[in-house]
Amino acid sequence: MINHRSSRILLPVRIGFIWISLAIALVLHFVPIGRFYAVPDFVALVLAFWCVREPRLVGMGTAFLLGVAVDVAHGAAMGQHALAYVALAFACASMSRRLLWFSPAIQALHMVPLFLMVQLIMLVVRLMAGGRFPGWEYFFATFTTAALWLPVHYLLLLPQMRPVDRDENRPI
Amino acid sequence: MPVPGHQPPPFFKRGLPLSAKLTIYLALSLALLVADLRLRYLDTLRQGVAILTYPLQIAAATPAEFVRNTGNYFSGLVGLQRENERLSVSQLEAAQELLRLEQLKAENAQLRGLLDMRARVKVSSIAAEILFTARDPFSHRVILDKGTSQGVAPGLAVVDAAGVIGQVTRTFPLHSEVTLLSDKEQAIPVVVARSGLRAVMFGTGTGLMELRFLAANADVQVGDQILTSGLDGVFVPGLPVATVVRADGDTGESFGRIICKPIGGVAKNGSVLVLGRAEPLPERPAAENASPERSAAGRIGRKQSEPESQP
Repeated sequence: MINHRSSRILLPVRIGFIWISLAIALVLHFVPIGRFYAVPDFVALVLAFWCVREPRLVGMGTAFLLGVAVDVAHGAAMGQHALAYVALAFACASMSRRLLWFSPAIQALHMVPLFLMVQLIMLVVRLMAGGRFPGWEYFFATFTTAALWLPVHYLLLLPQMRPVDRDENRPI
Repeated sequence: MPVPGHQPPPFFKRGLPLSAKLTIYLALSLALLVADLRLRYLDTLRQGVAILTYPLQIAAATPAEFVRNTGNYFSGLVGLQRENERLSVSQLEAAQELLRLEQLKAENAQLRGLLDMRARVKVSSIAAEILFTARDPFSHRVILDKGTSQGVAPGLAVVDAAGVIGQVTRTFPLHSEVTLLSDKEQAIPVVVARSGLRAVMFGTGTGLMELRFLAANADVQVGDQILTSGLDGVFVPGLPVATVVRADGDTGESFGRIICKPIGGVAKNGSVLVLGRAEPLPERPAAENASPERSAAGRIGRKQSEPESQP
């Protein structure tokens, strides 16, 4: 279902807001929750969002740095999250033109395979390094992350929205 | 060589194409992975990044802990009184043991002197608190609130009130990572308390542990207590580790299948002790075929055979 209505005109994004949102995602990702796998991967979510919305500002370099930070904080293998996030950033950037035609709900559906790819890359890396398969509930995070796409979409676009003022004489 | 007129003029600065960037960053991450997993070069980089991420981690952990503790705070008085009662009883029991311990220590030293044995190793200990469980789903690790600045070093044993829970595997200036005994990559040399049988215990990754490389007819029974043997030169000998919950002798294979359950439970937020030897071990006798050093014993990566069993 392609949305042919023109989308809302947004203010330009502020770079500071992008960085703050990524930092908040990082802190949320560091919240110790023990072995509860269904918690969404906030960093992947916010990173994917900005890679889709602003592929010129946020890309694989940001993904790499965030990945290394998450690796160190989680005590994971160095480069594990970095690898997965770089692949995610690439996929989002190359799909961005197409994805933006869809409504946020359909976009969320498109994000499921991408988040699944992130999880799979990490799983393969760790299994090759001799890790233990953590069980199928490991993949819950994919779906919870994708489900959060819709609220996060509105939340992160909120600072760019302008009040709707109906003016019949304005050209756009 | 670009032919004029065949390429778009550089009106807009676009930087590298996506695929080139992807190649660069993928290569970088793969190099990081190999350097970390295979070569273990990246400890300094890890420590550097940890200085940046640790404040964020604490910022994230503090509200979570606050929420968890709010319940305790309000359920308060009765629970505290009960706990107080229990603690004073256990302290009385411990005090009685302690009084005898002094005497036993003296007696032990004297007997050892008579038998001309080396004195038992002295133990240094650091009290620490478990901050939280590391979020890596592929391993069993917890984070302690003490690091190298307080004297925690890689390889030290970590015990709680009941027994050994794991080993310090990574240290940072202000915190450290403890790999629990149940981690798949963790191994610990042990001795069966009842029979004096020595073995190596491996984590299975599911919360239980396994005594491997013991003969099918080895003298191990369900309920036996397993202690550290101290053969590795890292763990202090005699710490309780686990109890045997299953011992299948007749599997038709040459090795028995012996499953154990750890004694030291890892509570969500508990106090633990980091134990280390206060004195270094004496020099190992030179082996005939040069064997690799075992600085951080207990990791499977270093293949060195432990004495399998002592008849």
